[in-house]
Amino acid sequence: MRSWLAALVPVFAATFALAQPATDGRRTGYQDMSPALQQMEDDDSANPGMLFVQMGEALWRQKTGGADKACADCHADGSMKGVAARYPAIPAKGDKPVDIEGRINLCRTGQQKAEALRPESEDLLALTAYVVQQSRGEPIAPPDDPRLAPMRADGEKIFKQRQGQLNLSCANCHDDNAGKKLAGATIPQAHPTAYPVYRLEWQTLGSLKRRLRGCLIGIRAEPYEVGAPQWVSLELYLMSRARGMRLEGVGVRP
Amino acid sequence: MANVMVNAPKTARKGEVVQIKAIVLHPMETGYRVGTNGQMIPRNIIERFTATWNGEEIFDMKFSPAIAANPFVTFFATASESGKIGLRWKGDNDFDVEHSVDIAVE
Amino acid sequence: MSGRRDFLAGAAASVVLLPAAAWASPDSLALAIREVVGDKELREGKVKLDIPPLVENGNTVPLTVSVDSPMTDADFVKAIHVFNEKNPQPHVFSATLKPRNGKAMISTRIKLADAQKVVAVAETGAGEFWTASANVIVTIAACIEEPS
Repeated sequence: MRSWLAALVPVFAATFALAQPATDGRRTGYQDMSPALQQMEDDDSANPGMLFVQMGEALWRQKTGGADKACADCHADGSMKGVAARYPAIPAKGDKPVDIEGRINLCRTGQQKAEALRPESEDLLALTAYVVQQSRGEPIAPPDDPRLAPMRADGEKIFKQRQGQLNLSCANCHDDNAGKKLAGATIPQAHPTAYPVYRLEWQTLGSLKRRLRGCLIGIRAEPYEVGAPQWVSLELYLMSRARGMRLEGVGVRP
Repeated sequence: MANVMVNAPKTARKGEVVQIKAIVLHPMETGYRVGTNGQMIPRNIIERFTATWNGEEIFDMKFSPAIAANPFVTFFATASESGKIGLRWKGDNDFDVEHSVDIAVE
Repeated sequence: MSGRRDFLAGAAASVVLLPAAAWASPDSLALAIREVVGDKELREGKVKLDIPPLVENGNTVPLTVSVDSPMTDADFVKAIHVFNEKNPQPHVFSATLKPRNGKAMISTRIKLADAQKVVAVAETGAGEFWTASANVIVTIAACIEEPS
């Protein structure tokens, strides 16, 4: 099935995005964006994602649930610094890793005695944005927990495995062809430094899972179910691949 | 209000020209897109954005469907006296959101 | 899964929803400008239109219009209008201003359906009309991309 590969070659125009000098060659999608969008992300008074951070802060301070507790009642201001940089992680009394959204819902149901927030709902995105924003500028620091190793390895396997009707792996684009153009857009290396992200194509804030889902649909693969472990496994691998890169907080992307 | 973000100085000198920035959560659905069900998604936009300074109108902007989602607007105003800068967005489906910020003018 | 744009086919393969004649064109742009300006002379100058020449996504294009004006009672900008050439309709926004704005400068973010010209028209208190325009190339268009 290699004939389609030849057909794809003209699609990958051999243009390389200007690379900023980096000691290990890793680049974020921010570096691939136009100055206008970089400015939009950098300016807190203009970044549309900051509206969600503000909404998230209001929710963070709001008492809710059967326990009538706010997140702020347990978590002092400043205590979330560094948290997003070391997620996904296994919660204290659990055995499966969760991402930030999963951790927020564990608190909602377990501590606040409230209903879990729906995936991609405005409230969950806002709270996630608020938590992630507290780690803006922090280097990504996946935890050393040995229990995470098999899931992370699973994530790496998914990343490198060809799938879908187009028989492409994530690595085909994001490792082998990052920097080249695809339908006018620069292929990023796909480091999750800016999630949840205000993506212009969505005209709203969205999670990493939403973006991964879009990629899977794009290569004509069946996306995993909501709540499937593969999302977290992939994120575990992506975060370890991006180890040391700084989190942007809520970013802006085309 | 949680779904509005305003950036304006908290203090200003009398006569100083200050910049006011505001963003409001709104899908600004143009009415020109077809949804995944094959049906046209109905138009749902903000039509008008107005600003007042202690009740006196200082800015009035008519939006079209060409204004991007979660509309962001910046404009300028001369600081006259302390009080409230009021902002209001009105549009389709009885959308009517007001928000105000305080400013101290010396 | 339906509704997802096929990124390999490129943006050019997007579906046009309305007959092309129904969308804005250089004629409807000219008409929209005429509705504002009437028979008065439309002069180039005083207006600065800041918009990136190439945008990745037409859904959110930053734009700043500024007009060189002292904004005094004797000499001020009373309205700023922005138009487009190829969206489904030619208007972008209209804003009314007064001397107390102090500075005739507005920033916002707009949608552009295709590579096209954007035109800003400023009307002064004395009834003069000034204009500037800019051409923008849009990699991924607004309006004609299906939601995903």
